[in-house]
Amino acid sequence: MDLDPVLIGRWQFGITTVYHFWMVPLTLGLGMLVAILQTMYHRTGNEVYLRSTKFFGKLFLINFIMGVATGLVQEFQFGMAWSEYSRFVGDVFGAPLALEALLAFFLESTFLGLWIFGWGRLPRAIHLGALWCAVIGSWISAYFIIVANSWMQHPVGVEMVDGRPVMTDVWAVLTNNTALAAYTHTLFGALAVGGSFLLGISWYHLHRRRRDGIDTVDESGKVVVGEAPEVPGRDRIDHAVWIRSLRIGAIVGIIAFAGVAITGDVQAKLMFEQQPMKMASAEGACHDGTEFSVLTIGDPATNDCDGVENIFEIPGLLSFLAKGDFSTPVHGVNTLLPDYQEKYGTNLPDDPKYGQHAGEAIDYQPIMIVTYWGFRFMIGFGLIAAGVCVIGLWLTRKGTVPRSTWLMRGALLAITTPFIANSAGWVFTEMGRQPFVVAPNPAQLDGVYMFTQAALSPEVTPPMLLFSLISLSLVYGVLMVVELRLLTVYIRGGVASAMPELAESKKKHTPTITNDGDDVLSFAY
Amino acid sequence: MEILATIWFVLIVVLWIGYLFLDGFDLGVGMLMPVLSRSERGKRVLLNSIGPVWDGNEVWLITAAGATFAAFPHWYASLFSALYIPLTVCLLALIFRAVAIEYRGKGHTQAWKSFWTWAMALGSAGTAFCVGAMLAITTTGLPLNANGDLVGGAFAWLSWPAVLGGLGGLGFTLAHGLIYLGLKTQADIRARAQRWAVRLMLPAAVPFLIWFALSITHRTWLAVLVAASLAAFIAAFFAVRAGAEKRAFVLHGIYLVAGIAAVFAGAYPDVLPSTLDPANSLTIASASSSHYTLSVMLIVTVIFLPIIIGYQIFSYRMFLGRLSETHIPEAHRVPVAIRS
Repeated sequence: MDLDPVLIGRWQFGITTVYHFWMVPLTLGLGMLVAILQTMYHRTGNEVYLRSTKFFGKLFLINFIMGVATGLVQEFQFGMAWSEYSRFVGDVFGAPLALEALLAFFLESTFLGLWIFGWGRLPRAIHLGALWCAVIGSWISAYFIIVANSWMQHPVGVEMVDGRPVMTDVWAVLTNNTALAAYTHTLFGALAVGGSFLLGISWYHLHRRRRDGIDTVDESGKVVVGEAPEVPGRDRIDHAVWIRSLRIGAIVGIIAFAGVAITGDVQAKLMFEQQPMKMASAEGACHDGTEFSVLTIGDPATNDCDGVENIFEIPGLLSFLAKGDFSTPVHGVNTLLPDYQEKYGTNLPDDPKYGQHAGEAIDYQPIMIVTYWGFRFMIGFGLIAAGVCVIGLWLTRKGTVPRSTWLMRGALLAITTPFIANSAGWVFTEMGRQPFVVAPNPAQLDGVYMFTQAALSPEVTPPMLLFSLISLSLVYGVLMVVELRLLTVYIRGGVASAMPELAESKKKHTPTITNDGDDVLSFAY
Repeated sequence: MEILATIWFVLIVVLWIGYLFLDGFDLGVGMLMPVLSRSERGKRVLLNSIGPVWDGNEVWLITAAGATFAAFPHWYASLFSALYIPLTVCLLALIFRAVAIEYRGKGHTQAWKSFWTWAMALGSAGTAFCVGAMLAITTTGLPLNANGDLVGGAFAWLSWPAVLGGLGGLGFTLAHGLIYLGLKTQADIRARAQRWAVRLMLPAAVPFLIWFALSITHRTWLAVLVAASLAAFIAAFFAVRAGAEKRAFVLHGIYLVAGIAAVFAGAYPDVLPSTLDPANSLTIASASSSHYTLSVMLIVTVIFLPIIIGYQIFSYRMFLGRLSETHIPEAHRVPVAIRS
């Protein structure tokens, strides 16, 4: 059997990256929300915010570590599996990775350690500052990795020297318009994840309180808060924790959606200019047009754009997305193809670095079914997430959630929607870049592009790639089950799972923890 | 160009030393988890002795790799692709180590705890071995072709220097972890760590000392550094025996710094020699990035590395005290907030 190493390498990169990017947006979004909650506690002294900080902080940490663990794979596999790529782009691409480690990861990791172990040990303001440093660190890391990725989408700030792009302007790389648009888009996407997470989990607990008969509603539908001394943590404050978290989550989710839409619009306009084939393919459009396709039939899997038929289109919308008016025609695949072939060739060069693909005809059109549906899943699931937030705000206006179990399940399930939107967006933009690993910049930079087939490590063979692909996938799969189980256990436990003192009997008051070294640690693994 | 690349070569060696010195004791403590203390509380003392700092220490590894990519892309590409199999193992080990630290305390069955104890131990050992092997290999070389790619198959890297470096990594981190525990714990764990260190230090250091000594074959004057390293090691040994833990920890660090410095000074200007043909060797000149990239990165590093070291010292100062079993809070079970 003749396995294609490029295909295995791409599957590995895709699997590990999409997986990593389930942890990352939750780290970015939830981290920011926990920092805001703790800031509110710091300012008001209100125990509601202390509890929500501790509870969501615990879930944040369970997830955070998985992001750390899987992030290492990301950094190593450029060199391991894609050494030709690393050699080609190293002069410009390595810098943001090193900057990410220096400017972001140190900050994030060091201060998160201070935060985790610092409860009761650090002065309160420093403890809060430590969390902010960690969160800011994670946001800086997102920036640098997106600078790196955006350079692959739209190379800038380099010139070719001896067949390799050499950085000439680091400022141009750092302020690449593609990067700024993608960065803000990603951050709002992460906030959407954080918002839905708060909303779904708080909904579950408010529902639980109603089902257990702790909270009831009066005839006008307004909540009557109760308490259940026998259930750990189910006092009156507990209700406030959940309703406030729910509403904060919903509002953040709505704001995030607005941000995602605006930044996505900027991104789309850049993409029409910078990677026209990606957008044409996302549209399944053969011919120039102005209509945005909502649904196509036919078989997009054949990658033949003439074989699909748009059954529902919105006139003018595509032009609006691309150019901001309703009439400028947007080029279809058939228009673009000759242009690409003229600029970058019809066949891969007959060069050994292309391996078994040397001399093959180049398919400039990304896999249409992936780009078409990736684009629509991103938008669709983003819309659902925002819709759930709006509905959630409305349904909880009287202080609690409806008794419906189905609504509660829906709210929990809705936590997945911004994750799906995030993954779909990345799959779309990464697969849409093919056949290039470094897409050419149509405006300039002659020769700065690279076909994916030339990027792999030449002496890394399919069995080696399969070894890492299979072992990483297995471990990732098992760890996913473990993480979800742990999250479930801690979520079901409510605030008391993060604050064991709530589960203890009332006569034992929280001991004041001092710094003289002889006390029991306020937190320990 | 040569000067800048040389500075970067030194910086990357500094980053690797930083990693071995800092995460080295985390890895050692991780390996000791199943064996140094039988009691659950004792194991938690070990875990919590590195709890607040291990993640910040691991970033030295990420930075070393990232800086290698930025400053010497060809070094990064050739070394990492040549070590495809061992680095895959290393990544799996690092994943298990990291997740074990966070997840071990979050379950309450015996099976859960011992699974993560062993995940931590094997993860730490795997990481220590692979990093040690990788550093040894990059100074002794690989069968590289003209493109800088490993020839001879997936296991062509497996040579006696790889094993020597791997065992050296294991030995160093183990001893370093014991010395750290002597510094960081009290009562019987401290005493046991000291006893074990006295017994283990000498055999554990043999592979690294051999590797260090090999640098003399490249440049005779490096005998000075090797001798300094050896002297620091012997002094560290006596400091451990005398119970002078701080001094032992510092001396054990000097042993590492002097030794690794000798090794890389011996390899200079090669960053990754080819054992097939010296013409294929990667040198600081042939592997490095452009002058511009090196300059930009140097400016950022010169500004930020001191700041990083500053706040890492701050974090160590915040968790200065010794730990003992009496500091470890009762493990709490996660309740279920449901009215039965």
